[in-house]
Amino acid sequence: MSHSVDLIDVEMVFGTVHAVRKLSAHIEAGEFFSILGPSGCGKTTLLRLIAGFNEPTSGKVLIGGKDMAGIPADRRPTAMIFQSLALFPLMPVWENIAFGLEARGVPKAGRRKKAEELLDLIALPGYGNRMVHELSGGQRQRVAIARALAVEPQVLLLDEPLSALDLKLRQHMRAELRALQKRTGVTFVYITHDQSEALAMSDRVAVMEAGVLQQIATPQELYANPATPFVARFIGETNEIAGKVTGVENGLASIDTAQGSFTARAGAGVTAGAAATLFVRPETMSCSRIAMPNSLPAKAVSLEYEGALAMLRAETDQGQVLLATLPNRQLADAPQPGERIWLSFAADEALVMGAGDGHG
Amino acid sequence: MAMAELIRRFGPGLGGVILILVALWIVGMVLAPNLMMLNFSLKPNLFPSEIGGPKDQYTLLNYTALFSDPVHRAIFLKTVWGSALVTAITLAVTYPLAFWMAKVASVRGARAMLIALIIPFWINEVLRTLAWYILLAFNGPLNIFLQTLGIIDQPVRWFGDTGVLAGMVYAYILFMLFPIYNSISTLETAQIDAARDLGASTLRIHRRIVIPHAKAGIATGCVFTFMLAAGSYVAPALLGSPGSRWFTEIIYNWFFEGGNWNRGAAYALILLVLCMAVVLAALRLFRVNLADVAK
Repeated sequence: MSHSVDLIDVEMVFGTVHAVRKLSAHIEAGEFFSILGPSGCGKTTLLRLIAGFNEPTSGKVLIGGKDMAGIPADRRPTAMIFQSLALFPLMPVWENIAFGLEARGVPKAGRRKKAEELLDLIALPGYGNRMVHELSGGQRQRVAIARALAVEPQVLLLDEPLSALDLKLRQHMRAELRALQKRTGVTFVYITHDQSEALAMSDRVAVMEAGVLQQIATPQELYANPATPFVARFIGETNEIAGKVTGVENGLASIDTAQGSFTARAGAGVTAGAAATLFVRPETMSCSRIAMPNSLPAKAVSLEYEGALAMLRAETDQGQVLLATLPNRQLADAPQPGERIWLSFAADEALVMGAGDGHG
Repeated sequence: MAMAELIRRFGPGLGGVILILVALWIVGMVLAPNLMMLNFSLKPNLFPSEIGGPKDQYTLLNYTALFSDPVHRAIFLKTVWGSALVTAITLAVTYPLAFWMAKVASVRGARAMLIALIIPFWINEVLRTLAWYILLAFNGPLNIFLQTLGIIDQPVRWFGDTGVLAGMVYAYILFMLFPIYNSISTLETAQIDAARDLGASTLRIHRRIVIPHAKAGIATGCVFTFMLAAGSYVAPALLGSPGSRWFTEIIYNWFFEGGNWNRGAAYALILLVLCMAVVLAALRLFRVNLADVAK
C-alpha cells in the first residue's frame, strides 16, 4: 500500500506556543486514521497543516508522495469537514454539495447531476432544494460529508464533526462514517478527543499529548500495549502502582512496590534498578479470598453495578484505591464492603513502564 | 398589540403619558413641519400683502420649475449621480477595510484601526471638511507632495467635483463601515475556510459567501451614505467650485438668499422623495426588508 499522507519531522510554533513537536507519521492510502488527544494537544493544528491552512514552521507534509510546501488549501487534494460543519446557510443543499465543483468551473447541469449522485450516496435523495436549516443534525452531517466528497479528495480531514450530536446519533454516525469510508476508499484522517470514537472507527490511531506524538497503533494494540504511561492512562481505565524494578528477564519485569512484589510485562526501556510504574487494567484484576501469585491484599470499599459488569473499589493497606471489574456471574459471591480480599492479575496482562518517559 | 402591551406593562397612567408624548412628537416634530412645507411648496411666492388675495391659490408651479429650469435640473441630476458615485466609492473603499477588520486582522489590529478611524470624528464635521480644504488647497500640502514626487508638474485645482467627492467619502466612511463590519463579523470564519478548502478563489468566496451574508449591512451602509451625501451641505460648500454646485445649495439659496420659501420647500420635498425612492430601490435590489436594516 502506498502512503497517502506523510508527515516528516513536522514542527509548528505559534509565537511562544509549541503546538506540534517533531512529529512524523505515515498514513496509508484508504486508511481510517484517527488522531486522538485531549483538547489543546495540537491535533487540530496538525489537521490544518495537512489541509494547507497553515504551513509548518519546519518539516514536511507530503500528500500522495508530493511535497505540499507552498501549496495553499484550495490547491491540495484534501477536503476538510469542520467541527461546526460550516455549511453555507444561504445556499440550498445541492449548491452546498456542488460548491467545490462550481469553484472548478463545472457547468450547472454537471454540478446538479453530481450533487444528486452524492445525495443518493448519503441516503438523502430529493433533498437538493432544501435549505440547510431545514435539515436535522445528522442530515447536516451527511451533507457536509457529501460536500467534501464532491471534489473527489485523496484525503478527507475530519475535525471532530460528531461532537455536536447527541450520544445516540453519534454512535449511529460512527458506523455510517466507517461504512462510507470503506465504500469510497478515501483516506480519512479523523480528529477526536473521544477515545471510544477513535477505537470504534479507526484502522490505526495516533495518540498525541502536548504536541508530542505518543504512539501510533491499531486500537487493540493501543489498549493492550500502550507505549507510554500517558497512553495507558488516556485509553481506558487503569490502576497504577509505583515502585522500583528489581530485574528484567524474558520480557518480564519484577517490580518492588509498597504493596508487595509483582511480575509483569516489561515496557520498552525498563531496566533493573530504575523507578517504574505497574499498570493493571481493572478488567484483568481478579478478586479472591486467598492469596495467589501476583496478588495484593486489600479491603473492599464499594461495588458499583453497571449492568453488564460491576466495578469493585478496594483500598490497600497503604490507602491506595484500586479498581477491579467483576463480571455479572460473580456478583452472587461478590465481596461485601469492609471484607478483606486479594486482588491478583496475570503477569502477561499487566505492564511495567518507566516512570519518567512520556509524562506530559 | 404594541399599545396593549405598553398599557399592560406601565399601567394606564404612565402608559397613556408615554403614548401622548410619542403622539405629540410625531405630530409636532414630524408631521406638522412636513405638512407646512408641503403647503408652502404648493403656493406661489407672494408679497405679504397678496397672501389671502386672489393670487393665493394652490399650484404645482414650484415643482415644475425644477424641471423647466435647465440649470437647476442639471444640478439636481448631478446631485443624484454624485451621491450614487460617493456611495459606490465609499463602498469600494470600506468593504475591504471592513473585511480586513472583521476576519483578517488580529483583535489588537482591528481595535487600533477602529480607534484611528473614530478619533477624527470627535471633531465637528465642518472642521473636518475644513481640514480637507487646507489639504486640497491650490498651494496646499497635497499639491506640494505630488510635485515633490514628480507625479505632477503644475498644481492641480482639486476644488470642484474631486474635492467634493473626496470630502464626502471621508465624511461618511464610518456610516458605511460599521454596518458592513458588523455583518461580516457575524459570518462564521469556518465558512470562509471551507469555501477556500473546496477550491474557491478569493473573488468567489466574497461573491458567494461573504457578500450574500453581509448584504443587509451593505444595504444599510449604502442607504445611509446616499442620504447623507444627497443632503450634504458642508462638503460642496467648502470643497466645491461654481461648477460643482450641490442641490442642497440651491435649496439653501431659495430659503435664505432668494427669499422664495415656496420654491425652496418644493425642492426640499423633491429631495426627500428622491431619498425615499433610493431607500426602497436599495431594499428591493438587495432583497432585504426594512426590519433587517433597522437592526
